[in-house]
Amino acid sequence: MDAVLVLLLFVLVLSIFLGVELISKVPSILHTPLMSGANAISGITIVGAILTSRAENIESELSFALGMVAVFFATVNVVGGYLVTNRMLGMFKKK
Amino acid sequence: MEILNTIFSEATNKALVNVVYILASVLFIFGLKMLGSPETARKGNLVSAMGMLIAVVVTLLDQSIIDYKWIFVGLVLGSLVGVIAAMKVKMTAMPEMVAIFNGFGGIASLLVGSAEYLLSAQHNIGILIPIFLTVVIGGLTFTGSLIAYGKLSGTITGNPVIYKGQQWINGILMVALLFLGIEMIALQGLLITVDWQILVAAVALSFLLGVLIVMPIGGADMPVVIALLNSYSGLAACAAGFVILNNVLIVAGALVGASGLILTNIMCKAMNRSLANVLFSGFGSVISVGSSSTEQGEVRPINVADAYLILEAASSVVIVPGYGMAVAQAQHSVRELGELLEENGSEVQYAIHPVAGRMPGHMNVLLAEANVSYDQLMEPDDINPTIETTDVCLVIGANDVVNPAAREDPQSPIYGMPIINVDKAKTTFVLKRSMAPGFAGIENPLFFKTNTRMLFGDAKDSITSLVSEFKT
Repeated sequence: MDAVLVLLLFVLVLSIFLGVELISKVPSILHTPLMSGANAISGITIVGAILTSRAENIESELSFALGMVAVFFATVNVVGGYLVTNRMLGMFKKK
Repeated sequence: MEILNTIFSEATNKALVNVVYILASVLFIFGLKMLGSPETARKGNLVSAMGMLIAVVVTLLDQSIIDYKWIFVGLVLGSLVGVIAAMKVKMTAMPEMVAIFNGFGGIASLLVGSAEYLLSAQHNIGILIPIFLTVVIGGLTFTGSLIAYGKLSGTITGNPVIYKGQQWINGILMVALLFLGIEMIALQGLLITVDWQILVAAVALSFLLGVLIVMPIGGADMPVVIALLNSYSGLAACAAGFVILNNVLIVAGALVGASGLILTNIMCKAMNRSLANVLFSGFGSVISVGSSSTEQGEVRPINVADAYLILEAASSVVIVPGYGMAVAQAQHSVRELGELLEENGSEVQYAIHPVAGRMPGHMNVLLAEANVSYDQLMEPDDINPTIETTDVCLVIGANDVVNPAAREDPQSPIYGMPIINVDKAKTTFVLKRSMAPGFAGIENPLFFKTNTRMLFGDAKDSITSLVSEFKT
């Protein structure tokens, strides 16, 4: 295994622990917004989708086409996810 | 782009991009942290969205991208669909919405993995393993979410679909996938060829697996499945991060993966069942063998006028909503009744079980939509200690989460599940259509307790009638 991979695995492990710490503290009344907000974050795969259009990929038309469809789906995930979470959280009010 | 290239060398540029990715990761982390409290949650979501925005913008500035046309087509179309969906969705349809967005995240990751696979015959094993994982996790997230969507929206039966040898078939499918993975890696490693047939086979099998995993899961277990699929969509993004060696995908994906797993765990604990039991048992398809089901006793119905008199005299009222409230769309009437009770001098609280409804936090969102103040929304642990001094508990469309058999009857399939102890309140009204048992087909001794009164009829109609009694 090369050094980059090991470093990224290290990042992975730390992120999982961080995620566990962060989420354990969320009260159950916010579980739905938490889930849909986290869901929007999982749309980060949009970065990977955009990068499929780098110069070397364009030579493979199929690969490029798949990447662009991925951009579409990931964008729906990101935009829809954040907006709907925002809409939901706007309803949580205290009198 | 070109301007950046003239200012910095390519290496500096790459480093800059990565620094921005780190910044984006930090924003995701802060955003999730702020989602932990109702006061800061909305800002937290915005902070997280900012992280996403800068990650996307800096990626677009990558100098090796040469065709922007199709990227923008994808971005514009995707935003359009996303905006329309987010604005139009009804709050009661939120579980379906979350399910379908999960699925979209999954398919996007699958496509990224496939695109990278087809690109080069010279991937090393460190890339091939994540490609395979991205495709498989992304694929089963996609079809699993579609099935969940179908079940939640009522297009597919919400009942568990069980057949003989089901677990064997799933097991064989998983072994087949494992072999495919090994073949994919071995073939490319040895022969250095891109074998698209293996890719197609892996996609097909993971699609099938997603369908087969979710089909046996019943409606009331949906909170667990949604949380689990949420976790998978994060893990797929995380695996995609290893394919393109990108830190922000790994951090963000792992955060979502962890969050989904924790929610899954919370949901399982709230039902006192293991994840394996939820996934494989087809709970609710088996008719219960509860020992006490024969000695039911007498049901005591009550009419609206009498219920009003008792409520009018109550100084503390606890409202316990369940999925039935969502089905009847009764949340607005419930809020109105709650306000009238408060004006009348009662203390009103809402007791919400973690698995009430079809996704984690479902009831809270519905009541928030109906303008119930969030400091009135309580968890069972807040309510149970004082329930004995509560004058009236109003159970609206909830059943299993208030079933005292979970406490008293070791034979009951839900024995050990933490419940809201409404049977210990001074008086409990159960709003229910008929005496049909709840989702899991389990008898509920609550209905036969001496302090229980059954208010039969549509939940919304009953509540509306109570509201008009208060107004006259």
